[in-house]
Formats: sequence, structure tokens, C-alpha cells
Amino acid sequence: MDTLFWEEEMETLPRAGLESIQLRRLRHLVARVYKTVAPYREKMDAAGVKPEDIQSLSDLAKLPFTVKEDLRENYPFGLFTVPMEEVVRVHASSGTTGKPTVVGYTKKDLETWSGLMARALTCAGVTPKDMIHNSYGYGLFTGGLGAHYGAERLGATVIPVSGGNTKRQITIMQDFCSSVLLATPSYALNLADTMADLGVDPAHLSLRVGVFGAEPWSENMREEVEQKLNIKAVDIYGLSEVMGPGVAMECLQTSRGMHIFEDHFLPEIIDPDTGEVLPPGSVGELVFTTLTKEAFPIIRYRTKDISRLIYETCECGRTLVRMEKVTGRTDDMLIIRGVNVFPSQIEHVLMGTEGVEPHYQLVVNREGNLDTMAVDVEVSEQLFSDEVRQLENLTRKIQTDIKDLLGVTCKVRLVEPRSIQRSEGKAQRVIDNRKI
Amino acid sequence: MRVEQIAVFLENKSGRLAEITATLATAGINIRALSVADTSDFGILRLIVDDVEQAKQVLKDGGFTVGITNVIAVEVDDRSGGLASVLKTIDHAEINVEYMYAFVNNSGENAVLIFRFDDMDRAIAALQGDRFSLLSGEQICSL
Repeated sequence: MDTLFWEEEMETLPRAGLESIQLRRLRHLVARVYKTVAPYREKMDAAGVKPEDIQSLSDLAKLPFTVKEDLRENYPFGLFTVPMEEVVRVHASSGTTGKPTVVGYTKKDLETWSGLMARALTCAGVTPKDMIHNSYGYGLFTGGLGAHYGAERLGATVIPVSGGNTKRQITIMQDFCSSVLLATPSYALNLADTMADLGVDPAHLSLRVGVFGAEPWSENMREEVEQKLNIKAVDIYGLSEVMGPGVAMECLQTSRGMHIFEDHFLPEIIDPDTGEVLPPGSVGELVFTTLTKEAFPIIRYRTKDISRLIYETCECGRTLVRMEKVTGRTDDMLIIRGVNVFPSQIEHVLMGTEGVEPHYQLVVNREGNLDTMAVDVEVSEQLFSDEVRQLENLTRKIQTDIKDLLGVTCKVRLVEPRSIQRSEGKAQRVIDNRKI
Repeated sequence: MRVEQIAVFLENKSGRLAEITATLATAGINIRALSVADTSDFGILRLIVDDVEQAKQVLKDGGFTVGITNVIAVEVDDRSGGLASVLKTIDHAEINVEYMYAFVNNSGENAVLIFRFDDMDRAIAALQGDRFSLLSGEQICSL
């Protein structure tokens, strides 16, 4: 199979050449961030490191990490490095305690992003002749718009169908001859099952490739979705703090690992407990430094995603390092139907509800292809009423508050006191029964 | 003229009702009347017992969520129209019934209706005004 490239030179650079570009960009970035963003400067000063100390790529390890908490503390725009008049777009993702984390883009950032997204789609064999069915949600979430502009940049035709209204999506797929599906893998399976219900045979559709991301999925899911939709399924990686979709992308030639676009994002693998950089090939927490972003660059951002870097050159000819499929998280973040959910957010809602005790448990299941979340709440004496209506109002209120804060529908179940297992030390807040 | 009622939260799982009644039996508590309100997810058991304080204590010790609510017990003749006459009074006074249940006492002559109203004070006044017989907790237990 011939490899398609979007920017062949950058994608096939020898490592020495790539590293010299990375170092130049890194030094420029650190100097600029130190000068313009007080929280970065303060952290670097506290760590006793100056921009001049970055003489080689390994000096990156001298710089302090950035964590989601830093974004929250500087909510909303405190870590932006340019005046707001230069920011042309913001996106946001859910935060751990109610406040979202906000990221911003300059005109040039959007150009970079759409270029990288076009590069990612090309990696998946997408060409200007394709009809791209973009089922990622449009809005504050980076998925929809990020993929959209990349597809346009590539010159393909985009159907900005967004999420939901599955039957209509299938009609559009049939009538518009969609050839590429961009979606979360669970939504792709939902589409496949709805097609089966409607008697639509995927073999009669024009679909040939699916670019799936925004939630963890396994090799089993890949096989299932490939077989059910009669397509080739490839994995895309991204997170809003680093940019959005298009940070790393699997190529068609091998289904092992996603090429990280290293000329723009510098990856590290660290020990999540000690923060030590681990030797090449180790499994650990993935950390990213952006090399080219203007409005919201980020230094050593701890993704909390567990992965491993593969340095062998890929069959496709790209020299860019690959990251293995994310195999887990260092925190307790759950992804429910593509939405990031932290148990602490649920706790925040419960604590704000009068009479609710801090004993709760989240039970996550996958019914069909849809994730469901139940929140078990212990009924305290204070909360208890002998009237059914009062208790039902209470569960409804909690459900509404969670939906308002997280955008996720859940089922609140009242349970008897002390029926939620108390564990030694850290409470087991989450029971995840999904077999992903 | 109010009667104390025990209410117990019932999680929707098998055997809970049996455990509650066993707990009360062990403590020698006699249940005079009961009702269960159930939804698809949980239930509420409401009990009139001969020793409210002790019942509350043993159930709490048993790990149940317990509340005490005031209800009104109305004694009517056990004949056709007994309940209807009480509800007519309540309807005229524009009072809402939150829930109710009933039992017939041993002699079989009278029925006892247990009510929870949205406005308990006005309900008592209205019922007494129409000369209904309201029972105290002691009276219920001695029936």
C-alpha cells in the first residue's frame, strides 16, 4: 500500500533533524512562556530553573509539570500567553470540581490545528475525494470543530452532522454516500446496531474507513466495529489541553500505535508516582509539551493517560514515534459516552444537596453499546421522608444537577445507610462493569 | 390528637421486610398496623407499633434509616360509607391526603383509618368539628 502524506518531509525526518527542530522550538517556547505567563514563571523560579538552562531536549526534565489543577487555578484565561484580541476561539472541557478547563487558539493555532488534523486524516488514507461524516459533537468539545476544519483543510467534503439523531445519520450516510466516519467508537457501534434494526446493510454503504477517538476502546471493539460496519477502523488521539484531536494518529499500514506529531508535540513517559522520566519503551504516564502553539502552549502537561512509546520506524515510512493505545488512567476519570467524568464532580453535586452524606458509589455499565451510569446515594435520617414524592423529588434534583454540570444523564438510586462498602483508606467510588 | 408512626426506608432488595419484622419481633414489639409504599427503586414501610421509642432504637441499631412522623388515626364504624364520610369532611376543608391506610380492630365493629395530610392542624380541627373520633397512640395499642 502506498503511503499518503500531508507533509511528507516533516513526517519522515531523520530523528536527529527532528530533534534539532524540537529543541529550537522548545527553547523559544520556554523563553516566551517565562516572559509572558506569571504562573509559569513562578513555578520555574520555585524550581530554580531559567529558560537559558534548556540546552538540550533532556533538559526538559528540569521544568515543572503542568497539571489540570493549574488550569483550574488560572480559570478561565490565566495561562493564555497572548492578549485576548489575538485569541479567535476558545474550547473547554469538564473540570474536576465543576469548573471547566478552558483553552484558546490564535488564528495561527487554528491553522496549525487544521493542518495537523488534515495530516491525521491523510494518515488514515482520507483524500479530497472523500465524503466525511463528522459525528463528533460540535460545541465547546474540541472533537467536532477540530475534525471539521481538518477535513475542510484537506479538501474533502464535510457533513457536519454532529452527534445524535441516529436514524437521520444513517439516511444521510446512504443518500450522501459518506465514505469516512468520524465518531467515538461507542457511537459507531450504536450506528451499526441501529442499521441492523433498520435492515440497512453496511456493505451497500460507501463507508470505507472510521476515525475513532475521544474515549478508550480495545482491539475487541476494533474488530467488532470493523466487522459490523464493513470498514477499516483507526485510532486518533488528542486532548483539549494539548490541542484537541490530531495530536497522534494511527496509520493504515499498522494497527499498532498512533504516530505522535512530534514536530508539534514533545512526548515523555514518566513514572506517575515519582515524576521521573522513564527510559524509552517503558510503560508510564504520558506527558506532553506543545512546541508551536501560541495562545495556550503547555509545558509538561500530565495527561494521566497510561501508554508506551514505540520508536521503531513504522512500515508506513513515518519516523514519528508511536504511542500505544491508552491502556488506563492514573486518576479515577471515567469516560461516559465520550464525556469525561470525575467522581469528584459527582461528589461536588451531592455535597451541595442538603442532607446527602458523602457516601456514594458510581456504577457504570455498558448496555448494548451505550454507557450507563448509576449513582448510589445512601439515605441518611436527615434525608429520609415517609413520603414517596419527597424522595423522588430528591433523586430527580440530583439527576438534574449532575446533568447540568456534566452533561451526562445518570440514574440516582437511594440505598440504605452503610450498604455502600467502606474500604480501608480510599473509598471505592467507582464500579466499572464495562468490558471495553 | 396525633399518633406517632415509624417510617423505615426499604432498599429494593429481597429480604429487607423480613429483616425488619424479625428485628421488631426479637425486641417483643407488636405491630398494630402497617403499609408499604413502593416505587420501582425503593420502598417506605410505615408502621404503627406499641412502643415507638424502642422500635426506633432497635431498628436504628439494626442499621435501618428510621423516621418518626405524626399521623392521624380516625375511628369509624366498620360499615359502608365509613371512609367516604371522613374524606368528604377533608375535601370540604380543601385538605390533601398524602397517604392513608386502614385496619379493622379485633372486635370487628370499628375500622381505624390512618392518615397523613398536607395540613395536619386544619385536618384535626375539621375532623373534630364534624365529631369524628380521633384515637391517641395509647388507644390504638389498647384496641
